[in-house]
Amino acid sequence: MWLYEKKLQYPVKVSKCDPKMAKFLMEQYGGADGELSAALRYLNQRYTIPDRVIGLLTDIGTEEFAHLEMIATMIYKLTKDSDVEQLKAAGLGAHYAAHDKALFYSNAAGSPWTATYIQAKGDPIADLYEDIAAEEKARATYQWLIDMTDDVDLIDSLTFLREREIIHSQRFREAVDILKADQQTKKIF
Amino acid sequence: MDEYQLQEDRSPSYAQHAAADFETYVKELEQLQKIDFVLVELTLYLDTHPTDMQAIQQYNQLAQKRRVMAEAFELKFGPLMSFGHSFSRYPWQWVQTPWPWQV
Amino acid sequence: MNNGQLREWYPFISPCDPCPPIRVKTYVVPPNQYIVYQPMGLQQFPIDEALFRGTLWPALFSPYQPGTGN
Repeated sequence: MWLYEKKLQYPVKVSKCDPKMAKFLMEQYGGADGELSAALRYLNQRYTIPDRVIGLLTDIGTEEFAHLEMIATMIYKLTKDSDVEQLKAAGLGAHYAAHDKALFYSNAAGSPWTATYIQAKGDPIADLYEDIAAEEKARATYQWLIDMTDDVDLIDSLTFLREREIIHSQRFREAVDILKADQQTKKIF
Repeated sequence: MDEYQLQEDRSPSYAQHAAADFETYVKELEQLQKIDFVLVELTLYLDTHPTDMQAIQQYNQLAQKRRVMAEAFELKFGPLMSFGHSFSRYPWQWVQTPWPWQV
Repeated sequence: MNNGQLREWYPFISPCDPCPPIRVKTYVVPPNQYIVYQPMGLQQFPIDEALFRGTLWPALFSPYQPGTGN
């Protein structure tokens, strides 16, 4: 069961009116290594992963939706007050033609989100390594997005999200370690 | 430029809301975000470290502190959750602005 | 600056390259590469600071300087 809390995980601030960034930020909204992919990937894998690791997949999957909301907030703030000409100048003309200023799950290039971005092999080691890879890819994407803006407040939120990917990657690695350990020998705990 | 606006609220708390301005809302929200973040970190940590007794104690202590903080926040600014996890005055507060992406 | 998380490498530069070459490239090796299983009792950031660091534990913190990821 999912509950929604009416509060962002992190105080997102955007100081610079730069709708061009909104287009690039969509990479983490509807892109292959973005937050939607992450949330759906983990929340789907958790049904068949070994019991010891279900909690982790559930919790990280849920946190990813909070991050998706943060990205949505950034895009919303950057586009809500723009007019058509500003959006066209920002490279969002095609987006406007289809969606007006509504957000949509596509990547920075405009390709719509697809379930081919995620996987669930049913093999716990394969699934967890997919998850670790996804977190490293997301970390890299945040690095590139940070490189693309000089808005210190936006960088602040993107830096937070980048660090979260590092922590998630760490936890998935620990999950692999837990699954590697033989329960009889009680190596870890 | 949009100012922080609460939908009109005929309950006695309306005057209270008007007094509690946007700055206070953001500041107190941040206090809650700080403690909630530590609780998220501890949750993920405990998911892979279920026998860390000290971490569980820290988690429970902070959860208790959080409960008190959230209650005070909600009395001032309205419900954080729906589906029965928060209370509401009249009229139904859940639908009032601001929503998180508008702040 | 990056507390040891930054690596440098020097790409091959050809005399036929059309553009001015980039001589040094960098990448980040975050702390999760070294910690297989987080030990118990690690030092924590204070509650007031953790949110803004993105983690509760300094040992897992990875600063990022724009432009150093590649």
